[in-house]
Amino acid sequence: MADSLPPDTPAKPNGAGGKDVVIAVRDVVVGFGEKIVLDHVDLDVHRGEVLGFVGGSGAGKSVLMRTIIGLVPKREGSIKVLGVDMDEVTDLERQAVERRWGILFQHGALFSSLTVMENLQFPVREYLDLSPRLLDELAIAKLEMVGLDATACHKFPSELSGGMIKRVALARALALDPEIVFLDEPTSGLDPIGAGAFDTLIATLQRTLGLTVFMVTHDLDSLHTVCNRIAVLFEGKVIETGPMKQMLASRHPWLRSYFHGVRSGHRTDADAEAP
Amino acid sequence: MSDILLEETSEGERLKLVGAGAWVALNARRLESQIDSARLRHRGAGQVDIDMTGVERLDTFGAWLLERLVRSFSAGGATPNVTGLKEDYRLLMDELGAVKGAEKIVPRTGTQSLTYALSSIGENVASVGNSFGSIANMLGAVIVALLRVLTRPRSFRFTSLVHQLDNVAWRAVPIVLLITFLIGCIIAQQGLFHFRRFGADVFVVDMVGILVLRELGVLIVCIMVAGRTGSAYTAELGSMKMREEIDALRTMGFDPTEVLILPRILALIIGVPILTFLGSMSALYGGGLVCWLYGGIDPEIFLSRLKESISLNTFQVGMIKAPFMALVIGIVASVEGMAVKGSAESLGRQTTASVVESIFLVIVMDGIFAIFFASIGK
Ligand SMILES: Nc1ncnc2c1ncn2[C@@H]1O[C@H](COP(=O)(O)OP(=O)(O)O)[C@@H](O)[C@H]1O
Ligand SMILES: [Mg+2]
Repeated sequence: MADSLPPDTPAKPNGAGGKDVVIAVRDVVVGFGEKIVLDHVDLDVHRGEVLGFVGGSGAGKSVLMRTIIGLVPKREGSIKVLGVDMDEVTDLERQAVERRWGILFQHGALFSSLTVMENLQFPVREYLDLSPRLLDELAIAKLEMVGLDATACHKFPSELSGGMIKRVALARALALDPEIVFLDEPTSGLDPIGAGAFDTLIATLQRTLGLTVFMVTHDLDSLHTVCNRIAVLFEGKVIETGPMKQMLASRHPWLRSYFHGVRSGHRTDADAEAP
Repeated sequence: MSDILLEETSEGERLKLVGAGAWVALNARRLESQIDSARLRHRGAGQVDIDMTGVERLDTFGAWLLERLVRSFSAGGATPNVTGLKEDYRLLMDELGAVKGAEKIVPRTGTQSLTYALSSIGENVASVGNSFGSIANMLGAVIVALLRVLTRPRSFRFTSLVHQLDNVAWRAVPIVLLITFLIGCIIAQQGLFHFRRFGADVFVVDMVGILVLRELGVLIVCIMVAGRTGSAYTAELGSMKMREEIDALRTMGFDPTEVLILPRILALIIGVPILTFLGSMSALYGGGLVCWLYGGIDPEIFLSRLKESISLNTFQVGMIKAPFMALVIGIVASVEGMAVKGSAESLGRQTTASVVESIFLVIVMDGIFAIFFASIGK
């Protein structure tokens, strides 16, 4: 297994700006029955960045995320993750890529019959051969890193609050020290303080572990504070990608109402410049 | 990749540890043993320098092991000093340095096998008592809901009842007909085979008639309904419970018993007698067919013999049991469904319990009915 996992594969510099592209979505079309949800979508995610992915409810943000991870089949287009074309991989290669990403599902998707501790150890046991003591210690360490107390470790998911579930799910997504994490609305359902702490945590992890983060979010604060770039999905297409400044300057009516609407309240262009 | 991840040079009181290679997840096992053995060999060290300059990569796994090394030396009274760490890794070490709970992990309360065995027997016995309690409770709740609905019939959910009837009765007809038909055939064939030896062929008709109409028709149908519908009820109610749908109903002022359980139980009470009737006819038909083809008993003889051997009583005895058994199946399924806790495992457990319990109770009820009818002489 060790050989199939070059941990820091120097991916070929991409034409656009010479940035190292870890996820490349090209011309992807996804639909359910008659309905086309993603209509020729292009998107790049660069190494080490936090990409905020926004769009209205039901726009297809979760669908794009699930298409990238391979849970939803696409009709056209190609997706490359960490330089690997996900359509042309063998099972082993796919597994090697899967070990290098972590996913936080919209509803947590914790295993309901396992305790928090067992949930965190589950992927680690599968891929690594570690001593029980190290397994336990690491589970606790990850739990505390996401802001939970070690006392939660023997609880079952049904005994946790919504915010705790999100945190445990993040800890599980981070269990194998992935290079990419996909977060589907990580701060929805958290109180503003908790959401702020979550943002700080993601920023810290991005710096310490060199994470690349693909974050679906509606949280304007998250977008302002942690996202390096923002991509906007509207009517099946990615209509803008760029830093917050660009979003605020955009003339597109939907973007204007999204970023300058009532909810964005006090925000001004000056706020965006000081991260 | 170099094999040695941690080298050591000691100068008297002063211990110098030099890290090398990749301190990452894949090497964690080896790194752990090297770190623990270094710690064991140098219990008495006073000053420890850990030089991390040679470490190419560090992830949480390696960083935690470094943290553990540092902590264990500090706990032993030494003053460890980590040098040469890259700036980014320093941040990671700060994160891990703040971890407090890892040393005092409480293992999940282990249980000793003997006490565990005894206590689980006790718990099981108690749970049998509890489940009778909850069955009685549910029965009460259903009756209350029924009375309430009778006072204002317009609030009754007829659509739901029709939908459930479609599931319980209509869709079950083919499989019930098939299975009871086969059972009828088998009884007749076995009867013929054994009765023929003492020339009592024609009594097979009596046996098939009485057995099917009094006992087997209703039993087979109830067992199938318990497996087919009871389990579905438990799973439906259970997953609604898991996703807080039942709580949502309750907060909107609906009574879950009235909205969810009553239509289901009524559907069973109406559906099971119908299925029992159809099943019994199908079994008689199967029996008659085998008697004709295998035993050479003409259909006219079969029918006239059947008329003599059974009375309306026989038929009534079977049919009267059906709604009661349906009630038991419905109540048990609902009790188990409402007992589902948060996990998928619990849903599976309750569904199994629902089927096992209701089949058991159906058979017990059948026995009780047999005693009752015998004592009133029917
Ligand atoms: N498995 C599915 N089958 C049919 N339609 C789906 C499925 N998953 C998502 N959709 C549809 O795709 C659209 C996008 O959904 P989703 O990506 O979940 O929205 P969001 O952007 O809020 O995350 C919605 O209109 C939804 O109804
Ligand atoms: Mg979504």
